Amino acid sequence: MSGARPLEPWRWLGVPMLYALIATLIFGIPFHAFGFQLPQPVFPMVLAFAWAVIRPSILAPFAILAMGLLLDLFWGGPLGLWALCLLLAYGVALAGRSMMAGQNLAILWAWYALVTGTAMVAGYLFVLLDSRSAPGLFAIAWQFLATIVLYPFAQRLIDLFEDADVRFR
Amino acid sequence: MSFRDNPLGELKVPLTWAAAIALIVAVVAATAILLSDRRETFKAEAYGATRRASDTYLAPVADVLAAPGRWTGQGADSVRDYFGAASANHDLKAELREMKQWRDVAIALKDENERYRALLGLKTDPPIPMVGARIVTDSHGPFADTRLANTGREHGVKVGNPVMSENGLVGRVIGVTDGASRVLLLTDIASRTPIMIDRTNARAILTGDGGPNPRLDYLRGRDPIREGDRLLTSGDGGVLPRGLPVGTAVKGLDGRWRAVLAADAAPIDFVRILLFQDFTQVVNQKALSETPAPPPTPVPTSGSLKADEPAAGPAAAPNPAVAKAPPPGAASPNPRPKPPAAGAAR
Repeated sequence: MSGARPLEPWRWLGVPMLYALIATLIFGIPFHAFGFQLPQPVFPMVLAFAWAVIRPSILAPFAILAMGLLLDLFWGGPLGLWALCLLLAYGVALAGRSMMAGQNLAILWAWYALVTGTAMVAGYLFVLLDSRSAPGLFAIAWQFLATIVLYPFAQRLIDLFEDADVRFR
Repeated sequence: MSFRDNPLGELKVPLTWAAAIALIVAVVAATAILLSDRRETFKAEAYGATRRASDTYLAPVADVLAAPGRWTGQGADSVRDYFGAASANHDLKAELREMKQWRDVAIALKDENERYRALLGLKTDPPIPMVGARIVTDSHGPFADTRLANTGREHGVKVGNPVMSENGLVGRVIGVTDGASRVLLLTDIASRTPIMIDRTNARAILTGDGGPNPRLDYLRGRDPIREGDRLLTSGDGGVLPRGLPVGTAVKGLDGRWRAVLAADAAPIDFVRILLFQDFTQVVNQKALSETPAPPPTPVPTSGSLKADEPAAGPAAAPNPAVAKAPPPGAASPNPRPKPPAAGAAR
């Protein structure tokens, strides 16, 4: 009886995490064609939102911490910056989880945008305090837009795993 | 007593609370890591072993992954060059005609410059050695703008070395390991670069903000800058050599002066890392900051010392600096230049 089988952490945490890191790596390669370069969305934001919606978990915050640190190492930013921003985003999504239950796609997308915005504002404030200089709002807005268009991936993950464990139905 | 009879056996922490506690622990850990980070100091030791190890393994992997992107970019450039060959040929011919005139001017100025330097006995900067590198990763987010180059410590790259593309200054090295160097771009939020405006010689600090056009802060003087003015490194502070092309000045939408970076004229795929040593690396800081101990005060004894006699002991030891000074009239190693004889310059 496959329905009664508990959801293994590597299936809903491990594999998506690997995909997000590979996507980050691919979008971090220098690619220029006809004057354009690849945008730089925050792929782990998809997971920070989807994991909170799927179910509360003890492992998820630590997976997000690890992902954030890897992101900082890869992008060369202050170590811990994205880890903290992603954890705050996860916290907001976890707190609003009960309000998101049963909502349609548009509302969930708006929630995802809110969660992403929270992370961006937190990043802005942390960097402002750290380097005593305000980051450019245009650059933040551009990364925000590039990240919120990734919501369909979060929806796909939620659809896959929200009802995967009978204990959380 | 069986396990079921244990009064604590039925005690279960709700999963939501357990998840919240795990979240708090993770946030505390992330905050501690962020607070202990010293990236903004740009010191070699602040880069940390974790970052160095990560860059060592990341550089070869990213180099392989970047290859298809490089080929695609080169293919796109070839297509564009093929279809734009006629107009490019026309433009290049016009540019060549202009450059021929400039070449004559440059030869005359170079000759004149060399003679002035010889007359003034000016100590000019030595040529700067450099190494080539390929960019293998590219981060251009609002909070971090860095690139990873596939050349590192084995080629003598050090923290602080300036990095240039064929068009202008790109940034400087903030971390170096075997086979990889992390380059902080001029657009990074933590980047501060002393620059000068070529036309007026006015100074400013180029301040990155995560966007494509960094700000020009601390501009001094009346009307120091105009739209289109050329920006160069000033060399102030000794971190960067003087005169590296940075870009051109432009008025931003927010009303502040900004720079259109010269390096953005073309994709930054290959760079030159200048093995430039700034003043703080060259001089012996320890020796410079050492102050010699004051000589002990001689205790005068009645009748044993006359007023016009030098005191014996350490206080009377000749000062080496004075001892080495040449006597008046002797040839100095860097003599003051004499004015040229009348007609000598003709």
